[in-house]
Amino acid sequence: MIRVMLPPHLRTLAKVGAEVRLEVGGPVTQRTVLDALEARYPMLRGTIRDHVTQERRPFLRFFACEEDLSLDPADSPLPNEVASGAEPFLIVGAIADG
Amino acid sequence: MSGVRVLVGTHKGAFVLTSDGKRQRWDVAGPHFGGWEIYHIKGSPADPKRLYASQSTGWHGQVIQRSNNGGKTWETVGNKFVYDGAPGTHKWYDDTPHPWEFKRVWHLEPSLTDPDTVYAGVEDAALFRSTDGGQNWQELPGLRRHHSGPNWHPGAGGMCLHTILLDPKDPGRIFIAISAAGVFRTDDEGKTWRPVNRGLRSEYIPDPDAEVGHCVHRIAMHGSRPSVLFMQKHWDVMRSDDAGDSWQEVSGNLPSDFGFVIDVHAHEPDTVYVVPIKSDSEHYPPEGKLRVYRSRTGGNEWEPLTKGLPQRDCYVNILRDAMAVDSLDPCGVYFGTTGGQVYASADAGDSWAPIARDLPAVLSVGVQTLS
Repeated sequence: MIRVMLPPHLRTLAKVGAEVRLEVGGPVTQRTVLDALEARYPMLRGTIRDHVTQERRPFLRFFACEEDLSLDPADSPLPNEVASGAEPFLIVGAIADG
Repeated sequence: MSGVRVLVGTHKGAFVLTSDGKRQRWDVAGPHFGGWEIYHIKGSPADPKRLYASQSTGWHGQVIQRSNNGGKTWETVGNKFVYDGAPGTHKWYDDTPHPWEFKRVWHLEPSLTDPDTVYAGVEDAALFRSTDGGQNWQELPGLRRHHSGPNWHPGAGGMCLHTILLDPKDPGRIFIAISAAGVFRTDDEGKTWRPVNRGLRSEYIPDPDAEVGHCVHRIAMHGSRPSVLFMQKHWDVMRSDDAGDSWQEVSGNLPSDFGFVIDVHAHEPDTVYVVPIKSDSEHYPPEGKLRVYRSRTGGNEWEPLTKGLPQRDCYVNILRDAMAVDSLDPCGVYFGTTGGQVYASADAGDSWAPIARDLPAVLSVGVQTLS
């Protein structure tokens, strides 16, 4: 079970709390986690990564295990602690633009 | 029992204000989508319970919301706005080529006859249409591919397609306006477009009467007479009597001909409302007095409407999509300010009162007359 922490605007959009839990089949990567997140909450499509390019939106970052993983390749494995559910994968809005 | 629903988009959410036909007591519901920018909300003329809202933030981009019950509940629909084919470039502020990039939906215009058909005017300027209630969006690319497209520039607020007028007498005819390209018209349901800016004069562009490049802030029409258009340009209030083929200035005795909003009385096609703003560098009313100006002669002769509006120390702005009218008798007129007030007049502008006073900055005001 993968734990994903959402920023406040996406919680209200998806009508969920701060953390959602997802089943991810196969390798646990940024791409597979976001694919699972968007499959479960289709209203989040386009709000984290671009519909077409799949690039992360510029004012969002991806953190886990006290590391900034935003610039890691989308298909790189996420830390074992994320894959095991011990640590969450955090989607964080920049302190800007509000 | 008749009533009115006022749809208010703000910098931090949407609000729905309702009243009976007397328009004296108002209920305020919201914020919906708190914290999100709501550039526009509009109801379907064919089904007043069907509403569409444009919701966005810089963090998360564009979301479109739909309501089937007059704004009580909402559901997200499609937000995939992809330009048709290779988008190409337009001009950036410094005149260099800049790629066309989708940023947000400025304006939603539901079809006059089909609740599931809705047009979206977007930044960077293009026109999209959905025929399935907002689930899927297709660009009408003939507009962006007009030969002048590579030379369009953004206005200060971005290169936005902010106004869409559907001709109630000719289903093939649509007018749109872009800052800062100007007005375009199609007569074939959006396949082909031509600029209709003859008569506009803008000293801030190298050729003041160029075919395109004019910072049109808003255009308005009366449904009974769709070939007559009124325009608030960056500077100048204009009128066309031939569906945009030519324009004449009708600023007349206005204290400033700069402004953003313009609208037409629901029952008097020659009664027009504007809110003069001091200048493009000072986005507030002249002399700190918030005055709506009304012309009953289709322009040129304007009277200030001040009763109930602040006449000192008022330095708010009224943005381009933040004025609307109802179709009751007498006609109601509504506008919202960047200070968070929504003012209403139930007597065609003779007197005004705030119906909401402390909202976030108002980006748009839409009105539905309910029967």
